[in-house]
Amino acid sequence: MVATKETAQKVRDLGTEKYKYGFSTDIEMDIAPKGVNEDIVRMISAKKGEPAWLLEWRLKAFKVWQEMPEPKWQKVAFPEIDYQEAYYYAAPKSSDKPKSLDEVDPKLLEMYEKLGIPLREQEVLAGVEGAPRVAVDAVFDSVSVATTFRKELEKSGVIFCSISEAVKTHPDLVRKYLGSVVPYSDNKHACLNSAVFTDGSFVYIPKGVRCPMELSTYFRINAENTGQFERTLIIADDNSYVSYLEGCTAPQRDENQLHAAVVELIALDNAEIKYSTVQNWYPGDENGKGGIYNFVTKRGACRGHSSKISWTQVETGSAVTWKYPSCILQGDNSVGEFYSVAITNNAQQADTGTKMIHIGKNTTSKIISKGISAGKADQTYRGLVRIMPKAEGARNFTQCDSLLIGDSCGAHTVPYIESRNPSAKVEHEATTSKISDDQLFYCLSRGMSAEDAVGLIVNGFCKEVMQTLPMEFAVEAQKLIGISLEGSVG
Amino acid sequence: MALLEIRDLHAEVDGKPILKGINLTVEAGEVHAIMGPNGSGKSTLSYVLAGRDGYEVTGGEVIYDGKNLLELAPEERACEGVFLAFQYPVEIPGVAGTTFLRHAVNAKRKYQGVPEYDAMEFVKFVRGKAKDLNMPDDMLKRAVNVGFSGGEKKRNETLQMAVLEPKLAILDETDSGLDIDALKVVADGVNALRGPERAMLVITHYQRLLDYVVPDKVHVLANGRIIKSGDKSLALELEERGYAHILEAAA
Repeated sequence: MVATKETAQKVRDLGTEKYKYGFSTDIEMDIAPKGVNEDIVRMISAKKGEPAWLLEWRLKAFKVWQEMPEPKWQKVAFPEIDYQEAYYYAAPKSSDKPKSLDEVDPKLLEMYEKLGIPLREQEVLAGVEGAPRVAVDAVFDSVSVATTFRKELEKSGVIFCSISEAVKTHPDLVRKYLGSVVPYSDNKHACLNSAVFTDGSFVYIPKGVRCPMELSTYFRINAENTGQFERTLIIADDNSYVSYLEGCTAPQRDENQLHAAVVELIALDNAEIKYSTVQNWYPGDENGKGGIYNFVTKRGACRGHSSKISWTQVETGSAVTWKYPSCILQGDNSVGEFYSVAITNNAQQADTGTKMIHIGKNTTSKIISKGISAGKADQTYRGLVRIMPKAEGARNFTQCDSLLIGDSCGAHTVPYIESRNPSAKVEHEATTSKISDDQLFYCLSRGMSAEDAVGLIVNGFCKEVMQTLPMEFAVEAQKLIGISLEGSVG
Repeated sequence: MALLEIRDLHAEVDGKPILKGINLTVEAGEVHAIMGPNGSGKSTLSYVLAGRDGYEVTGGEVIYDGKNLLELAPEERACEGVFLAFQYPVEIPGVAGTTFLRHAVNAKRKYQGVPEYDAMEFVKFVRGKAKDLNMPDDMLKRAVNVGFSGGEKKRNETLQMAVLEPKLAILDETDSGLDIDALKVVADGVNALRGPERAMLVITHYQRLLDYVVPDKVHVLANGRIIKSGDKSLALELEERGYAHILEAAA
């Protein structure tokens, strides 16, 4: 999880268990009956007071979902998911969205404080010179609890709120763009998400506005056995800019929990969206028991000319990570970027990568993927670079590097390159390496412990990706890398 | 009490005996040169003192600063003030020189219970050291040894030594691959670090470095043993007459 310097301190204070966020909070919850069926879908829609068009959409998605087969092509293995064994709605009991932080269940606030999230605006403002000014939307299980800095953002015309709220306050925008980048029929998990999503963030940046601060959403799965299906929609209108950060944790549990989110980004003419994720879901224990299944669909549409979308992800948690943040480069001169650090340790698995679809003219994409595997973990980079026939002058550069720690882990690369335009230039480089004994000894001989050495070497390996993270979060992410690799050497 | 006392040290690599009974005493403030033909065990001695994996001690003991050195982990030895300047320093991509050194220095400070440097203070500190040694700043900004020429790598080792201020510095063929100018820079750096509390083991093939870094004692290591010791004139003698006659005499 990443927010502020205070977080790192709190991490240290929380004790020595490997996964620092493994606690759960005792809060009165409103939980739907188990399982997923049409009634549950209607119930969710009703609880949220949604308009008919949205309920229709959900129901259509649910129907399609029921017919869809489970995908089988992935290189991650997990027991078949029993979709009826989970709860699809769990909300803290204060039923109406609190008008102010004073109305929020204090236990909830205590939990967020424990996790170091700056829910109280004063704290963040008073937070010392140089404290990051970050607007935060806090989502507890399926419900957005609070959003900070709203007044200030409203002044610039930036809309940042939960998607449930946006459906009510800006229905036209939501209706226009929801499902336009990831249609519900896209894949099994996006389909389920479309039927049962309960919340997420909505962002709209008006024409010509450079969003005055980082926007951030923080997700926490608390209730047992609930799936988390958030839906995020970010629209950057002509000539606008926004940088958005997503952070996540979940408590330690014995059962696996499903996280099937959908994120849609739309960048119009000359607009830029920077989307960063630092994912630290519970990874399961050393033997792979429990842990989150992180199956998310993230896609950005560079609709406008000269638009740009860049994805940065630092994936250190989850039992199974399965995601391909992608860019559809429709606008001429549009740019798509994907920077990734994926760490798998103990028994974690990951099949992750990206898709860059070049459609417009003179489009560019850049992919830098750093995979680090340790313990008995297994990891695959799966990337697609597709150049459509009319994509004159398309350029792609891909670099995927794997680092193996120890001799029981695995790293694989599955690059797909499909080019149907002869003027395209596609470059692909890949390396596989180990942390050499020489490098380790060099560090030890300078006084560093083995863990310190591994952290240092791995951070060096990931530097190119880490540099793309917003500065406030880069430091925390570096620390997280060190923590995730604990026990991997020696 | 001597700073370093090696008694009847035996060591193997891959089951093959390399050190066959080394005896050596080094007082604080002294510079000892260790010379010898290839394969004599010079580098092995330096790795055994630094605590590298794969170098198994099969007999003898090493007392350093009153402590049993062989019982300490390599990072503990470093924090206790042992420094090895490698013959072939390894590259660490993506890790800037300053970052690397800051981790090293702070590890030592933590061990000693002294407050650690923060990034800003450290940059100041380390730039000062580089300046004293007449070394360019950019060595600190670049990733450790990545793309460095042989000479640059050796200078970097010398800079690290200056920053870490060890009590016992072991220089493993620090002069190999250096041109005359680089040699002078390194030698100046080494000399600047000489002091009454510090001892140095300079492992070298050639007399050349010893013109600049004048040793108090010279030892000839051959076939895993020190077969002759003398003062700096021994090095000159070796230069003139080679190892053969000494090896014969010892046989």
